[in-house]
Amino acid sequence: MRRLSLSDIAKPQLLALAFILVLNWMVFPGFFNVTWQDGRLFGSLIDVINRGAPVAILAIGMTAIIATRGVDLSVGAVMAVAGAVAATSAVAGQPLIVTLAGALLVGLACGLWNGSLVAFLGIQPFVATLVLMVAGRGVAQLITEGSIVTFSDPALIFVGTGSVLGLPMPAVIALILMIAAHLVMRRTAIGLFVEAIGTNLSAANYTGLRARTVILGLYAFGGCCAALAGVIAAADIRGADANNAGLWLELDAILAVVIGGTSLLGGRFSIPMSVLGAVIIQAMNTGILVSGLPPEFNLIVKASVIILILVMQSDRVAEVVSRRFGRMTTRGK
Amino acid sequence: MTTDNEVVLEARGIIKTFGNHAALKGVDISFRRGEVHALLGENGAGKSTLIKIVTGAYIPDGGTIHLEGQPVSFATPQQAQSLGIGTVYQEVNLLPNMTVSDNLFIGRQPTSAGIVNRKATDEMAREVLSRYGLDIDVRAELSTYSVAVQQIVAIARAVELSGKVLILDEPTASLDRHEVDKLFQIIRTLKARGLAIVFITHFLDQVFELSDRVTVLRNGSLIGSERIDALNRTSLVRMMLGKDLVQHHHTPVEGQAEGGETLMTVRQLGLTGKVQPIDLEIRKGEVVGVAGLLGSGRTEMARLMFGIDIADSGGLHIDGRERVVRSAREAVDLGFGFCPEDRKADGIFGDLSVRENIVIAMQARLGWFKALNRDEQMEIAGNFIEALDIRTASADLPVKLLSGGNQQKVILARWLATDPRFLILDEPTRGIDVGAHAEIVRMISRLREDGLALVVISSELDEIVSYSSRVVVMRDRTLVAELEGADITPSKIVQSIAGQAGEPVAEVTA
Amino acid sequence: MNIVRKLALSASMVALCCTAASAANLTVGFSQIGSESGWRAAETSVTKQEAEKRGVTLKFADAQQKQENQIKALRGFIAQGVDAILVAPVVATGWEEVLKEAKEAKIPVVLLDRGVDAPQDLYLTSVASDQVKEGRVAGEWLAKTVGSKDCRVVELQGTVGSTPAINRKKGFEEAIASSKNISIVRSQTGDFTRSKGKEVMEGFLKAENGGKNICAMYAHNDDMAVGAIQAIKDAGLKPGTDILVVSIDAVPDIFAAMMKGEANATVELTPNMAGPAFDALDAYLKSGKQPAKFIITESKLYTPADDPKGEYERRKGLGY
Repeated sequence: MRRLSLSDIAKPQLLALAFILVLNWMVFPGFFNVTWQDGRLFGSLIDVINRGAPVAILAIGMTAIIATRGVDLSVGAVMAVAGAVAATSAVAGQPLIVTLAGALLVGLACGLWNGSLVAFLGIQPFVATLVLMVAGRGVAQLITEGSIVTFSDPALIFVGTGSVLGLPMPAVIALILMIAAHLVMRRTAIGLFVEAIGTNLSAANYTGLRARTVILGLYAFGGCCAALAGVIAAADIRGADANNAGLWLELDAILAVVIGGTSLLGGRFSIPMSVLGAVIIQAMNTGILVSGLPPEFNLIVKASVIILILVMQSDRVAEVVSRRFGRMTTRGK
Repeated sequence: MTTDNEVVLEARGIIKTFGNHAALKGVDISFRRGEVHALLGENGAGKSTLIKIVTGAYIPDGGTIHLEGQPVSFATPQQAQSLGIGTVYQEVNLLPNMTVSDNLFIGRQPTSAGIVNRKATDEMAREVLSRYGLDIDVRAELSTYSVAVQQIVAIARAVELSGKVLILDEPTASLDRHEVDKLFQIIRTLKARGLAIVFITHFLDQVFELSDRVTVLRNGSLIGSERIDALNRTSLVRMMLGKDLVQHHHTPVEGQAEGGETLMTVRQLGLTGKVQPIDLEIRKGEVVGVAGLLGSGRTEMARLMFGIDIADSGGLHIDGRERVVRSAREAVDLGFGFCPEDRKADGIFGDLSVRENIVIAMQARLGWFKALNRDEQMEIAGNFIEALDIRTASADLPVKLLSGGNQQKVILARWLATDPRFLILDEPTRGIDVGAHAEIVRMISRLREDGLALVVISSELDEIVSYSSRVVVMRDRTLVAELEGADITPSKIVQSIAGQAGEPVAEVTA
Repeated sequence: MNIVRKLALSASMVALCCTAASAANLTVGFSQIGSESGWRAAETSVTKQEAEKRGVTLKFADAQQKQENQIKALRGFIAQGVDAILVAPVVATGWEEVLKEAKEAKIPVVLLDRGVDAPQDLYLTSVASDQVKEGRVAGEWLAKTVGSKDCRVVELQGTVGSTPAINRKKGFEEAIASSKNISIVRSQTGDFTRSKGKEVMEGFLKAENGGKNICAMYAHNDDMAVGAIQAIKDAGLKPGTDILVVSIDAVPDIFAAMMKGEANATVELTPNMAGPAFDALDAYLKSGKQPAKFIITESKLYTPADDPKGEYERRKGLGY
């Protein structure tokens, strides 16, 4: 067993999260209060993991895609499509299992479409997924006929607002998905293959990796994640809002992955760190909401904090810091 | 030539550390006016780090730099450039889609009223290049010219911009003999003009041909800095390696060509426009050397065998059946391995660890779900690191931090881990230092003795001769000769490559 | 020029004398922005209904949020020689050219729902709601309802910087300015969406002692209010009782909430911009009567006393 060293704990992401949480606590002293209410936990911290769940789920799917030097811009639109499918299915009286299966299949189809364009037609991921980003929302609007399709199927609503052991369902789903995806990546060889493909696609081909199959699979998984996030978002408001569901969330998901330390240039990745990135983003959002700051400052605050986090993560800063504090660390050892 | 010239650039006690790895451990070096100074060392010795420090690309962790007696510290390469230190890198870093004159004068073109005066720029460019014996259309895009011309343009730009010290990082790596001569002529002219020239190369011949002074680095330390007339080849090699190297392996491989059992037969394997149909028998315990110039179809043939490109005629006869390899994946399943020519682009996974680079092909063969765990990976990687003497601080170091020779060994280890029956090595010794070179050559022989079938493509005739049981020669996408036994000599091979031995001596082994 | 105008005038006289059946047989082109919101969809269907009711032939063009599509559509209408044009402009600028073309072709243009930055003589009239008034009606309702009790209000704003958000905020603040007992304690943007409305309200509830310190919630649109109502329920409070809910738009779902007692008041932004527009066109084409330059639609207040069930049913099919 390796001993946990200081540098493992002092990951910039964890520092950033701690920093934001402390900041939230300073502007709103009740931030860490969690109470038990109506059979579930209630408090700002719970809001953070609950509201952060959709982006976290998107980021889980996006991480490995970005690790292969790809990107999926369509996840927000796929959320809208899946939400629309789920809502219409629930309105039609289908049981939850059919509704979920339908939404996930639609997400899978979207992912396979993206993956085929990237892996087999060799279209740049940015362009390939832009197609569905634009078209997807149109499809969602067609399904909902431009209005918000509301439903009252308690089973579907539970997916968005229920709780398990007091924890909000979306967060539970995101956590399970994160662990499952992480185990699949690290307990099988897929994670290594993804990193190899992202590091050097040509070398991966020379080594006999089935790069195209892996890439196709990742986009398909990304589509399913987006669909799941879409179902949660719809279930949360008991309605499918084709115009606004998942709007711009692809950017939050990419940001979460980047904050988590996965490079847009591909290579090394970590799904749990991406989820941490999503939590950081949401901690910031929730913090702004409880702070009472006028909304005109939302974007400025967000941008400043994100720049700060990314600067903390940059190699050059790490070098400067280690040089400045180098003597301390050596003495510490 | 006996009195030392005036020192232009002097570095003292230079220290540079990356993480835990000390790349330079207090190196002193000084470059003198009107002198060609060769900087030598195995890959990983610290040459590039030192160059990057005196050109401002890296900031040293310790030490001082003096330029013409004044202490200086460069924050950026631009600063070093403006103070007189120009560099030409191995990969020419100009702008290929701009014109020659733009490349020479970009950022400082003569202007009138803020508008670039094209005519004057072109005129200046012609004038400058004529001093380098180059008479070309300066308005054409740079990329339309050969690497040699581009290199001269790069040198001209560096000299025009800087003019005190000119650093040439492996300038001859991709030039032919004639072009090298021309380059040397230019370097001698510049030397006569009083420039201090730093010359990094792997070719010992060129060192003796051109330089006045030699500095050797090993493992980040200065081994010695001597005038060239105080050295001979053996002493120089000893400085570089810290040991004597057996320099010539002219003894042909014992006539075991007939001995090996046939592994596979290549039958009419070809791809329109790339490789004319080829017939070749590959036997166990045999090295088939492939000689030929760049573009002769030697690499293309290997790619067909390994399924990187898919043949449109013929195939392989192996395990009692006829087949065409349609992907690298199939080749790996057949027990093939391929170390490609361009290590960086097609071979290594730079950011991944040495361990992962070694196990990846084996893992690809095992499939997605039979994952090797970390301990198993460590075990395998550790074995190969030891067996192939891969010099790395740890198996978890990113492979990109290793020297070229060690990277090549990692790729070799990657394939050996799959327990292959057949290995293709494309230019296995290109761009690696003398010591690693010899080790790779020894390894090839050892693998042959272990009963592997190997196809080794190389431009180094001495090398091919030393390990091949048979040599096939490619010319114009065609296999033109197959040499065996006593016929395997550099001169015979050259004859076949040049096509001077009258009729091609292709012997089809049925 | 004069002759042309005379000719055109006499032509319209002829048309008038022979088509006594008022607006009937009119052909009107309608360039709609798109279907970005439920309200927009309702506007489209109401416009079609109003045209049908009057026997007007409506040529409908969906611009999919692009001005160039709208300009193209307008030029198409002009070429087809329609009798009048309705346009809901996607942006305020860049209309002068095409409006001049319409004017030269003697085709009156009526702006729906939004204004443009162009000389007023280039269009017949503009039919729109008064967004400041909407906010004011909501504020007046709250002031009347709470009376002299202290009331801490949280506000869910529309998208930051958007005109309706600015105006609805302004109107509400004006209406409560004189009631010193009412104060807006928190105000954040919910981007006019349900999900953001819910998320923002969750934050407000935490920040205001689990919602116990909040007396009323004012949302710039019903969608955000619907999201916020869910958040209030999740926090274990009763929307409509523990926290008063007032919002703007009068979409069907807010009436559904009203039926359950979860919403207290909404101010209608009528999707029927076309009705007043057709009336103005009718009067103008029939008798040459110049309508007012700005026709303001009514900002009607609805409370649970106004038959929410009936209002819900009435609106349900409109595409909200």
